[in-house]
Amino acid sequence: MAAGHAHPLYRAGDSVVHRLPAHVKIVGAFVFVLAVVATPREAFAVFGLQFLLLVGVWVAGRIPPGWLAARALIEAPFVVLAVLLPFFAVGPRVEWWGMSLSVDGLLAGWNILVKGTLGVLVSVTLAATTPLRDLVSGLSRLRVPAMVCVIATLMLRYLEVIAAEARRMRLARISRGHDPRFAWQLGATVRSVGALFLRSYERGERVHLAMLSRGYTGTMPAFTSASASTATWAAALLPAGAAVLLAVSGYWVR
Amino acid sequence: MEPHTGLVAMHMSDGIVNAPISVLFGLIAVLGLAFCVARARRDLDDRTAPMAGLVAAFVFAVQMLNFPVLPGVSGHLLGGALCAILVGPYVGALCVSIVLLLQALLFADGGLSALGTNITNMALIGTFVGYGVAVAMRRIATRSRGGLMLTAFVAAWVNTVVASLGFVLEYALGGQGLALGTVFGLMTGFHALIGIGEGIITALTVGAVAAARPDLVYLTRTSSPSLEIRTQGVRS
Repeated sequence: MAAGHAHPLYRAGDSVVHRLPAHVKIVGAFVFVLAVVATPREAFAVFGLQFLLLVGVWVAGRIPPGWLAARALIEAPFVVLAVLLPFFAVGPRVEWWGMSLSVDGLLAGWNILVKGTLGVLVSVTLAATTPLRDLVSGLSRLRVPAMVCVIATLMLRYLEVIAAEARRMRLARISRGHDPRFAWQLGATVRSVGALFLRSYERGERVHLAMLSRGYTGTMPAFTSASASTATWAAALLPAGAAVLLAVSGYWVR
Repeated sequence: MEPHTGLVAMHMSDGIVNAPISVLFGLIAVLGLAFCVARARRDLDDRTAPMAGLVAAFVFAVQMLNFPVLPGVSGHLLGGALCAILVGPYVGALCVSIVLLLQALLFADGGLSALGTNITNMALIGTFVGYGVAVAMRRIATRSRGGLMLTAFVAAWVNTVVASLGFVLEYALGGQGLALGTVFGLMTGFHALIGIGEGIITALTVGAVAAARPDLVYLTRTSSPSLEIRTQGVRS
Protein backbone atom coordinates (compact mmCIF):
# COMPACT_ATOMS: atom_id res chain seq x y z
CA MET A 1 0.00 0.00 0.00
CA ALA A 2 1.55 3.25 -1.07
CA ALA A 3 0.58 5.68 1.67
CA GLY A 4 -2.06 8.13 0.63
CA HIS A 5 -2.35 6.89 -2.91
CA ALA A 6 -3.82 3.43 -2.98
CA HIS A 7 -5.18 0.79 -0.66
CA PRO A 8 -5.17 -3.00 -0.87
CA LEU A 9 -8.63 -3.29 -2.40
CA TYR A 10 -8.14 -0.56 -5.01
CA ARG A 11 -7.93 -1.69 -8.59
CA ALA A 12 -6.63 1.05 -10.82
CA GLY A 13 -8.66 1.64 -13.92
CA ASP A 14 -10.37 4.20 -16.06
CA SER A 15 -13.85 2.80 -16.46
CA VAL A 16 -17.20 4.56 -16.20
CA VAL A 17 -17.48 3.38 -12.60
CA HIS A 18 -13.97 4.60 -11.71
CA ARG A 19 -14.70 8.05 -13.11
CA LEU A 20 -17.88 8.63 -11.12
CA PRO A 21 -17.50 11.17 -8.28
CA ALA A 22 -16.79 9.37 -5.01
CA HIS A 23 -19.65 10.88 -3.01
CA VAL A 24 -22.16 9.60 -5.55
CA LYS A 25 -20.66 6.11 -5.32
CA ILE A 26 -20.72 6.13 -1.51
CA VAL A 27 -24.41 7.07 -1.48
CA GLY A 28 -25.11 4.45 -4.14
CA ALA A 29 -23.32 1.74 -2.14
CA PHE A 30 -25.18 2.57 1.10
CA VAL A 31 -28.57 2.65 -0.64
CA PHE A 32 -27.83 -0.63 -2.42
CA VAL A 33 -26.81 -2.40 0.79
CA LEU A 34 -29.81 -1.08 2.72
CA ALA A 35 -32.07 -2.27 -0.10
CA VAL A 36 -30.52 -5.75 0.11
CA VAL A 37 -30.92 -5.81 3.90
CA ALA A 38 -34.56 -4.66 3.64
CA THR A 39 -35.46 -7.42 1.14
CA PRO A 40 -37.60 -10.15 2.76
CA ARG A 41 -35.58 -13.34 3.17
CA GLU A 42 -38.09 -15.55 1.33
CA ALA A 43 -37.84 -13.46 -1.87
CA PHE A 44 -35.15 -15.73 -3.29
CA ALA A 45 -35.40 -14.47 -6.87
CA VAL A 46 -34.95 -10.85 -5.80
CA PHE A 47 -31.49 -11.60 -4.38
CA GLY A 48 -30.54 -13.20 -7.70
CA LEU A 49 -31.65 -10.11 -9.61
CA GLN A 50 -29.78 -7.84 -7.18
CA PHE A 51 -26.68 -9.95 -7.79
CA LEU A 52 -27.18 -9.48 -11.53
CA LEU A 53 -27.29 -5.71 -10.99
CA LEU A 54 -23.89 -5.99 -9.29
CA VAL A 55 -22.58 -8.08 -12.17
CA GLY A 56 -23.64 -5.23 -14.44
CA VAL A 57 -21.61 -2.80 -12.34
CA TRP A 58 -18.57 -5.12 -12.53
CA VAL A 59 -18.85 -5.33 -16.30
CA ALA A 60 -19.04 -1.53 -16.51
CA GLY A 61 -16.11 -1.21 -14.07
CA ARG A 62 -14.12 -4.02 -15.75
CA ILE A 63 -13.54 -5.91 -12.50
CA PRO A 64 -12.87 -9.62 -13.02
CA PRO A 65 -15.10 -11.92 -10.91
CA GLY A 66 -12.18 -14.03 -9.61
CA TRP A 67 -10.47 -10.93 -8.25
CA LEU A 68 -13.69 -9.97 -6.45
CA ALA A 69 -14.33 -13.44 -5.08
CA ALA A 70 -10.87 -13.62 -3.49
CA ARG A 71 -11.46 -10.32 -1.70
CA ALA A 72 -14.97 -11.18 -0.61
CA LEU A 73 -13.58 -14.10 1.46
CA ILE A 74 -13.12 -11.64 4.33
CA GLU A 75 -16.71 -12.48 5.15
CA ALA A 76 -15.92 -16.14 5.91
CA PRO A 77 -16.46 -16.03 9.73
CA PHE A 78 -20.08 -15.06 9.18
CA VAL A 79 -20.62 -18.01 6.87
CA VAL A 80 -19.80 -20.17 9.90
CA LEU A 81 -22.52 -18.39 11.88
CA ALA A 82 -24.97 -18.91 9.01
CA VAL A 83 -24.15 -22.62 8.85
CA LEU A 84 -24.59 -23.05 12.62
CA LEU A 85 -27.97 -21.34 12.77
CA PRO A 86 -30.10 -24.23 11.37
CA PHE A 87 -28.76 -26.52 14.13
CA PHE A 88 -29.36 -24.22 17.07
CA ALA A 89 -32.43 -22.19 16.15
CA VAL A 90 -35.84 -22.90 17.65
CA GLY A 91 -39.14 -23.68 15.95
CA PRO A 92 -40.41 -26.48 13.68
CA ARG A 93 -37.70 -28.79 12.32
CA VAL A 94 -37.16 -30.74 9.10
CA GLU A 95 -35.19 -33.94 8.52
CA TRP A 96 -32.48 -33.58 5.90
CA TRP A 97 -29.85 -36.27 5.34
CA GLY A 98 -30.47 -37.58 8.84
CA MET A 99 -29.97 -34.19 10.42
CA SER A 100 -32.71 -32.37 12.25
CA LEU A 101 -32.67 -28.76 11.09
CA SER A 102 -34.79 -25.83 12.18
CA VAL A 103 -36.83 -24.31 9.36
CA ASP A 104 -36.59 -20.85 10.86
CA GLY A 105 -32.87 -21.39 11.43
CA LEU A 106 -32.35 -22.38 7.79
CA LEU A 107 -34.09 -19.22 6.64
CA ALA A 108 -32.21 -17.08 9.16
CA GLY A 109 -28.91 -18.65 8.10
CA TRP A 110 -29.73 -18.05 4.44
CA ASN A 111 -30.71 -14.49 5.34
CA ILE A 112 -27.28 -13.74 6.85
CA LEU A 113 -25.43 -15.63 4.13
CA VAL A 114 -27.06 -13.93 1.15
CA LYS A 115 -27.24 -10.42 2.62
CA GLY A 116 -23.74 -10.62 4.05
CA THR A 117 -22.35 -11.83 0.72
CA LEU A 118 -24.12 -9.19 -1.37
CA GLY A 119 -23.09 -6.58 1.20
CA VAL A 120 -19.41 -7.49 1.13
CA LEU A 121 -19.49 -7.57 -2.69
CA VAL A 122 -20.90 -4.03 -2.74
CA SER A 123 -18.19 -2.88 -0.30
CA VAL A 124 -15.44 -4.50 -2.36
CA THR A 125 -16.85 -2.95 -5.55
CA LEU A 126 -16.84 0.51 -3.97
CA ALA A 127 -13.30 0.06 -2.63
CA ALA A 128 -12.05 -1.38 -5.92
CA THR A 129 -13.13 1.62 -7.96
CA THR A 130 -12.45 4.49 -5.56
CA PRO A 131 -8.95 5.76 -4.70
CA LEU A 132 -8.25 6.75 -1.10
CA ARG A 133 -8.08 10.48 -1.57
CA ASP A 134 -11.37 10.60 -3.49
CA LEU A 135 -13.05 8.57 -0.78
CA VAL A 136 -12.23 11.09 1.95
CA SER A 137 -13.09 14.10 -0.22
CA GLY A 138 -16.31 12.31 -1.11
CA LEU A 139 -17.09 11.95 2.59
CA SER A 140 -16.47 15.65 3.13
CA ARG A 141 -18.83 16.46 0.25
CA LEU A 142 -21.47 14.39 2.03
CA ARG A 143 -21.14 16.82 4.98
CA VAL A 144 -19.16 14.54 7.22
CA PRO A 145 -17.66 17.01 9.74
CA ALA A 146 -14.36 18.50 8.53
CA MET A 147 -12.66 17.30 11.71
CA VAL A 148 -13.53 13.67 10.95
CA CYS A 149 -12.28 14.01 7.37
CA VAL A 150 -8.99 15.59 8.47
CA ILE A 151 -8.41 12.90 11.10
CA ALA A 152 -9.22 10.23 8.51
CA THR A 153 -6.78 11.75 6.00
CA LEU A 154 -3.98 11.96 8.53
CA MET A 155 -4.72 8.46 9.75
CA LEU A 156 -4.53 7.03 6.25
CA ARG A 157 -1.39 9.00 5.52
CA TYR A 158 0.39 7.70 8.63
CA LEU A 159 -1.12 4.22 8.77
CA GLU A 160 1.59 2.78 6.57
CA VAL A 161 4.29 4.55 8.61
CA ILE A 162 2.97 3.14 11.87
CA ALA A 163 2.36 -0.31 10.39
CA ALA A 164 5.92 -0.35 9.02
CA GLU A 165 7.18 0.65 12.46
CA ALA A 166 5.25 -2.28 13.96
CA ARG A 167 6.77 -4.60 11.35
CA ARG A 168 10.31 -3.39 12.15
CA MET A 169 9.69 -3.95 15.87
CA ARG A 170 8.47 -7.47 15.14
CA LEU A 171 11.50 -8.15 12.96
CA ALA A 172 13.75 -6.85 15.75
CA ARG A 173 12.07 -9.16 18.28
CA ILE A 174 12.32 -12.18 16.00
CA SER A 175 15.97 -11.53 15.20
CA ARG A 176 16.61 -11.59 18.96
CA GLY A 177 15.09 -15.04 19.25
CA HIS A 178 11.50 -14.11 20.05
CA ASP A 179 9.10 -16.86 19.05
CA PRO A 180 5.96 -16.72 21.18
CA ARG A 181 3.47 -19.56 20.96
CA PHE A 182 1.48 -19.32 24.13
CA ALA A 183 -0.48 -16.53 25.75
CA TRP A 184 1.96 -16.29 28.67
CA GLN A 185 4.79 -15.43 26.28
CA LEU A 186 3.26 -12.24 25.02
CA GLY A 187 5.14 -9.86 27.32
CA ALA A 188 7.59 -8.65 24.69
CA THR A 189 4.88 -8.22 22.03
CA VAL A 190 2.81 -6.17 24.42
CA ARG A 191 5.72 -3.96 25.45
CA SER A 192 6.16 -3.24 21.74
CA VAL A 193 2.52 -2.15 21.57
CA GLY A 194 3.23 0.27 24.43
CA ALA A 195 6.32 1.53 22.60
CA LEU A 196 4.30 1.80 19.38
CA PHE A 197 1.72 3.96 21.14
CA LEU A 198 4.45 6.25 22.50
CA ARG A 199 6.10 6.53 19.10
CA SER A 200 2.75 7.25 17.41
CA TYR A 201 1.79 9.84 20.00
CA GLU A 202 5.17 11.55 19.89
CA ARG A 203 5.06 11.49 16.10
CA GLY A 204 1.69 13.22 16.39
CA GLU A 205 3.27 15.91 18.55
CA ARG A 206 6.04 16.41 15.98
CA VAL A 207 3.54 16.47 13.11
CA HIS A 208 1.56 19.12 15.00
CA LEU A 209 4.69 21.27 15.47
CA ALA A 210 5.59 20.82 11.81
CA MET A 211 2.09 21.90 10.82
CA LEU A 212 2.28 24.94 13.12
CA SER A 213 5.59 25.99 11.62
CA ARG A 214 3.97 25.86 8.18
CA GLY A 215 1.18 28.20 9.19
CA TYR A 216 -1.46 25.81 10.55
CA THR A 217 -4.08 27.75 12.52
CA GLY A 218 -6.37 24.95 13.57
CA THR A 219 -8.31 24.56 10.34
CA MET A 220 -7.26 22.63 7.29
CA PRO A 221 -7.69 23.81 3.72
CA ALA A 222 -11.01 22.62 2.33
CA PHE A 223 -11.13 19.43 0.30
CA THR A 224 -11.68 19.97 -3.37
CA SER A 225 -13.70 17.48 -5.32
CA ALA A 226 -15.82 17.53 -8.43
CA SER A 227 -19.52 18.08 -7.96
CA ALA A 228 -21.98 15.85 -9.74
CA SER A 229 -24.68 16.90 -12.16
CA THR A 230 -28.21 15.60 -11.83
CA ALA A 231 -27.59 13.36 -14.83
CA THR A 232 -24.53 11.81 -13.16
CA TRP A 233 -26.50 11.23 -9.97
CA ALA A 234 -29.32 9.60 -11.91
CA ALA A 235 -26.96 7.35 -13.87
CA ALA A 236 -24.90 6.37 -10.83
CA LEU A 237 -27.89 5.64 -8.64
CA LEU A 238 -29.48 3.45 -11.31
CA PRO A 239 -28.26 0.12 -9.82
CA ALA A 240 -29.11 1.24 -6.27
CA GLY A 241 -32.54 2.49 -7.35
CA ALA A 242 -33.23 -0.78 -9.14
CA ALA A 243 -32.16 -2.68 -6.01
CA VAL A 244 -34.65 -0.66 -3.95
CA LEU A 245 -37.47 -1.38 -6.40
CA LEU A 246 -36.56 -5.08 -6.31
CA ALA A 247 -36.58 -5.03 -2.50
CA VAL A 248 -40.07 -3.48 -2.53
CA SER A 249 -41.28 -6.00 -5.09
CA GLY A 250 -39.99 -8.75 -2.78
CA TYR A 251 -42.86 -8.00 -0.39
CA TRP A 252 -45.37 -8.92 -3.12
CA VAL A 253 -43.79 -11.95 -4.75
CA ARG A 254 -42.93 -13.96 -1.64
CA MET B 1 3.82 -14.58 16.21
CA GLU B 2 2.48 -15.45 12.81
CA PRO B 3 3.03 -12.85 10.15
CA HIS B 4 -0.17 -11.19 9.18
CA THR B 5 -1.35 -13.10 6.15
CA GLY B 6 -4.97 -12.24 5.55
CA LEU B 7 -7.63 -10.13 7.05
CA VAL B 8 -10.85 -11.77 8.18
CA ALA B 9 -13.89 -9.82 9.16
CA MET B 10 -14.07 -9.11 12.87
CA HIS B 11 -17.02 -6.78 12.67
CA MET B 12 -20.68 -7.48 12.08
CA SER B 13 -21.67 -8.06 8.47
CA ASP B 14 -24.81 -7.00 6.63
CA GLY B 15 -27.95 -9.04 7.16
CA ILE B 16 -27.53 -9.93 10.84
CA VAL B 17 -29.75 -7.07 11.95
CA ASN B 18 -32.74 -5.89 9.87
CA ALA B 19 -32.94 -2.59 7.99
CA PRO B 20 -34.97 -0.40 10.42
CA ILE B 21 -32.74 -1.31 13.38
CA SER B 22 -29.59 -0.76 11.24
CA VAL B 23 -30.84 2.73 10.37
CA LEU B 24 -31.80 3.43 14.00
CA PHE B 25 -28.31 2.53 15.24
CA GLY B 26 -26.83 4.49 12.33
CA LEU B 27 -28.59 7.57 13.73
CA ILE B 28 -27.39 6.78 17.26
CA ALA B 29 -23.83 6.47 15.93
CA VAL B 30 -24.06 9.81 14.09
CA LEU B 31 -25.38 11.61 17.18
CA GLY B 32 -22.76 10.01 19.43
CA LEU B 33 -19.99 10.95 17.02
CA ALA B 34 -21.17 14.56 16.72
CA PHE B 35 -20.97 14.80 20.51
CA CYS B 36 -17.48 13.23 20.52
CA VAL B 37 -16.21 15.63 17.82
CA ALA B 38 -17.28 18.61 19.92
CA ARG B 39 -15.75 17.26 23.14
CA ALA B 40 -12.55 16.02 21.45
CA ARG B 41 -11.87 19.56 20.33
CA ARG B 42 -12.07 20.67 23.97
CA ASP B 43 -9.59 17.97 24.98
CA LEU B 44 -7.00 18.66 22.31
CA ASP B 45 -7.73 22.15 20.83
CA ASP B 46 -5.72 22.73 17.64
CA ARG B 47 -3.75 19.54 18.24
CA THR B 48 -6.91 17.46 17.66
CA ALA B 49 -6.36 16.67 14.00
CA PRO B 50 -2.74 15.45 14.09
CA MET B 51 -2.99 13.71 17.50
CA ALA B 52 -6.28 11.93 16.80
CA GLY B 53 -5.02 11.04 13.31
CA LEU B 54 -1.93 9.37 14.70
CA VAL B 55 -3.82 7.63 17.52
CA ALA B 56 -6.30 6.31 14.94
CA ALA B 57 -3.40 5.05 12.82
CA PHE B 58 -2.06 3.33 15.96
CA VAL B 59 -5.44 1.64 16.63
CA PHE B 60 -5.59 0.50 13.01
CA ALA B 61 -2.03 -0.87 13.12
CA VAL B 62 -2.60 -2.62 16.46
CA GLN B 63 -5.73 -4.31 15.12
CA MET B 64 -3.54 -5.75 12.38
CA LEU B 65 -1.17 -7.23 14.99
CA ASN B 66 -1.83 -10.81 16.08
CA PHE B 67 -1.14 -12.07 19.56
CA PRO B 68 -0.46 -15.73 20.30
CA VAL B 69 -3.19 -17.46 22.28
CA LEU B 70 -2.35 -21.10 21.60
CA PRO B 71 -0.27 -22.63 18.81
CA GLY B 72 -2.16 -21.80 15.61
CA VAL B 73 -4.65 -19.59 17.38
CA SER B 74 -4.11 -15.88 17.62
CA GLY B 75 -6.27 -12.93 18.45
CA HIS B 76 -6.11 -9.21 18.01
CA LEU B 77 -6.89 -6.22 20.14
CA LEU B 78 -10.10 -4.19 19.82
CA GLY B 79 -8.57 -1.24 21.65
CA GLY B 80 -11.63 0.58 23.01
CA ALA B 81 -10.58 0.62 26.67
CA LEU B 82 -6.93 1.15 25.72
CA CYS B 83 -7.83 4.30 23.79
CA ALA B 84 -10.16 5.54 26.53
CA ILE B 85 -7.47 5.24 29.20
CA LEU B 86 -4.65 6.67 27.09
CA VAL B 87 -6.36 9.52 25.20
CA GLY B 88 -9.73 9.92 26.91
CA PRO B 89 -13.21 8.70 25.92
CA TYR B 90 -14.01 11.40 23.37
CA VAL B 91 -10.84 11.26 21.30
CA GLY B 92 -10.81 7.49 21.82
CA ALA B 93 -14.36 6.94 20.56
CA LEU B 94 -13.68 9.27 17.63
CA CYS B 95 -10.53 7.37 16.65
CA VAL B 96 -12.13 3.92 16.93
CA SER B 97 -15.15 5.14 14.89
CA ILE B 98 -12.96 6.51 12.12
CA VAL B 99 -11.05 3.23 12.04
CA LEU B 100 -14.35 1.31 11.75
CA LEU B 101 -15.63 3.67 9.02
CA LEU B 102 -12.52 3.25 6.90
CA GLN B 103 -12.34 -0.50 7.51
CA ALA B 104 -15.88 -0.76 6.13
CA LEU B 105 -15.26 1.54 3.15
CA LEU B 106 -11.75 0.45 2.17
CA PHE B 107 -11.28 -3.07 3.48
CA ALA B 108 -14.87 -4.40 3.31
CA ASP B 109 -14.46 -5.34 7.00
CA GLY B 110 -17.89 -4.90 8.56
CA GLY B 111 -21.00 -4.32 6.47
CA LEU B 112 -22.00 -0.83 5.34
CA SER B 113 -25.48 -1.24 6.82
CA ALA B 114 -23.91 -2.60 10.03
CA LEU B 115 -21.66 0.45 10.40
CA GLY B 116 -24.06 2.07 12.86
CA THR B 117 -24.29 -1.02 15.05
CA ASN B 118 -20.53 -1.61 14.89
CA ILE B 119 -19.74 2.00 15.83
CA THR B 120 -22.33 1.93 18.62
CA ASN B 121 -20.95 -1.30 20.09
CA MET B 122 -17.22 -0.94 19.69
CA ALA B 123 -16.59 2.80 19.58
CA LEU B 124 -19.35 4.31 21.72
CA ILE B 125 -20.38 1.62 24.24
CA GLY B 126 -16.90 0.09 24.30
CA THR B 127 -14.98 3.27 24.94
CA PHE B 128 -17.41 4.96 27.32
CA VAL B 129 -18.12 1.89 29.46
CA GLY B 130 -14.39 1.17 29.64
CA TYR B 131 -13.72 4.74 30.66
CA GLY B 132 -16.58 4.73 33.19
CA VAL B 133 -15.10 1.69 34.90
CA ALA B 134 -11.64 3.26 34.84
CA VAL B 135 -12.94 6.49 36.38
CA ALA B 136 -14.74 4.52 39.09
CA MET B 137 -11.43 2.84 39.88
CA ARG B 138 -9.33 6.00 39.59
CA ARG B 139 -8.41 5.93 43.29
CA ILE B 140 -6.75 2.54 42.74
CA ALA B 141 -5.29 3.60 39.39
CA THR B 142 -3.46 6.63 40.76
CA ARG B 143 -1.99 4.73 43.73
CA SER B 144 0.61 2.70 41.83
CA ARG B 145 1.47 1.36 38.41
CA GLY B 146 0.13 -2.04 39.47
CA GLY B 147 -3.15 -0.38 40.42
CA LEU B 148 -3.29 1.35 37.04
CA MET B 149 -2.73 -1.96 35.27
CA LEU B 150 -5.44 -3.65 37.37
CA THR B 151 -7.81 -0.81 36.45
CA ALA B 152 -6.92 -1.23 32.76
CA PHE B 153 -7.57 -4.97 32.96
CA VAL B 154 -10.99 -4.58 34.58
CA ALA B 155 -11.97 -1.72 32.24
CA ALA B 156 -11.01 -3.72 29.14
CA TRP B 157 -12.81 -6.85 30.35
CA VAL B 158 -16.03 -5.02 31.24
CA ASN B 159 -15.83 -3.04 27.99
CA THR B 160 -15.56 -6.21 25.89
CA VAL B 161 -18.48 -7.94 27.64
CA VAL B 162 -20.75 -4.86 27.59
CA ALA B 163 -19.97 -4.25 23.90
CA SER B 164 -21.15 -7.80 23.22
CA LEU B 165 -24.34 -7.00 25.16
CA GLY B 166 -24.82 -4.19 22.64
CA PHE B 167 -24.87 -6.87 19.96
CA VAL B 168 -27.39 -8.92 21.98
CA LEU B 169 -29.64 -5.85 22.24
CA GLU B 170 -29.43 -5.21 18.49
CA TYR B 171 -30.09 -8.87 17.75
CA ALA B 172 -33.09 -8.84 20.09
CA LEU B 173 -34.50 -5.82 18.26
CA GLY B 174 -33.69 -6.72 14.68
CA GLY B 175 -32.20 -10.20 14.39
CA GLN B 176 -33.87 -13.52 13.70
CA GLY B 177 -33.41 -17.24 14.12
CA LEU B 178 -31.88 -17.88 17.49
CA ALA B 179 -33.61 -17.72 20.85
CA LEU B 180 -32.46 -14.68 22.76
CA GLY B 181 -31.14 -16.77 25.65
CA THR B 182 -28.85 -18.69 23.26
CA VAL B 183 -27.48 -15.48 21.73
CA PHE B 184 -27.00 -13.99 25.18
CA GLY B 185 -25.20 -17.09 26.46
CA LEU B 186 -22.99 -17.49 23.38
CA MET B 187 -22.02 -13.85 23.09
CA THR B 188 -21.35 -13.10 26.75
CA GLY B 189 -19.58 -16.43 27.30
CA PHE B 190 -17.37 -15.99 24.28
CA HIS B 191 -16.62 -12.36 25.06
CA ALA B 192 -15.92 -13.07 28.74
CA LEU B 193 -13.02 -15.19 27.41
CA ILE B 194 -11.94 -12.68 24.72
CA GLY B 195 -12.15 -9.99 27.41
CA ILE B 196 -9.48 -11.73 29.48
CA GLY B 197 -7.06 -11.51 26.55
CA GLU B 198 -8.09 -7.94 25.79
CA GLY B 199 -7.67 -7.11 29.49
CA ILE B 200 -4.19 -8.59 29.81
CA ILE B 201 -2.92 -6.86 26.66
CA THR B 202 -4.54 -3.55 27.62
CA ALA B 203 -3.09 -3.73 31.15
CA LEU B 204 0.44 -4.52 29.95
CA THR B 205 0.31 -1.83 27.23
CA VAL B 206 -0.93 0.82 29.64
CA GLY B 207 1.76 -0.31 32.08
CA ALA B 208 4.47 0.06 29.43
CA VAL B 209 3.23 3.56 28.52
CA ALA B 210 2.97 4.60 32.19
CA ALA B 211 6.55 3.43 32.82
CA ALA B 212 7.97 5.61 30.03
CA ARG B 213 5.63 8.62 29.80
CA PRO B 214 3.20 8.68 32.76
CA ASP B 215 2.14 12.17 31.67
CA LEU B 216 0.50 10.69 28.56
CA VAL B 217 -1.99 8.50 30.42
CA TYR B 218 -5.24 10.48 30.19
CA LEU B 219 -6.88 8.69 33.13
CA THR B 220 -4.24 9.60 35.71
CA ARG B 221 -3.27 12.95 34.21
CA THR B 222 -4.04 15.72 36.66
CA SER B 223 -3.62 19.10 35.04
CA SER B 224 -0.90 19.74 32.55
CA PRO B 225 1.59 22.23 34.01
CA SER B 226 1.52 25.51 32.18
CA LEU B 227 4.57 26.59 30.24
CA GLU B 228 7.05 28.31 32.53
CA ILE B 229 8.93 31.19 30.90
CA ARG B 230 12.17 32.22 32.62
CA THR B 231 13.65 35.51 31.65
CA GLN B 232 16.71 35.10 33.84
CA GLY B 233 19.43 32.77 32.59
CA VAL B 234 19.92 29.53 34.44
CA ARG B 235 23.24 29.43 36.29
CA SER B 236 25.19 26.38 35.39
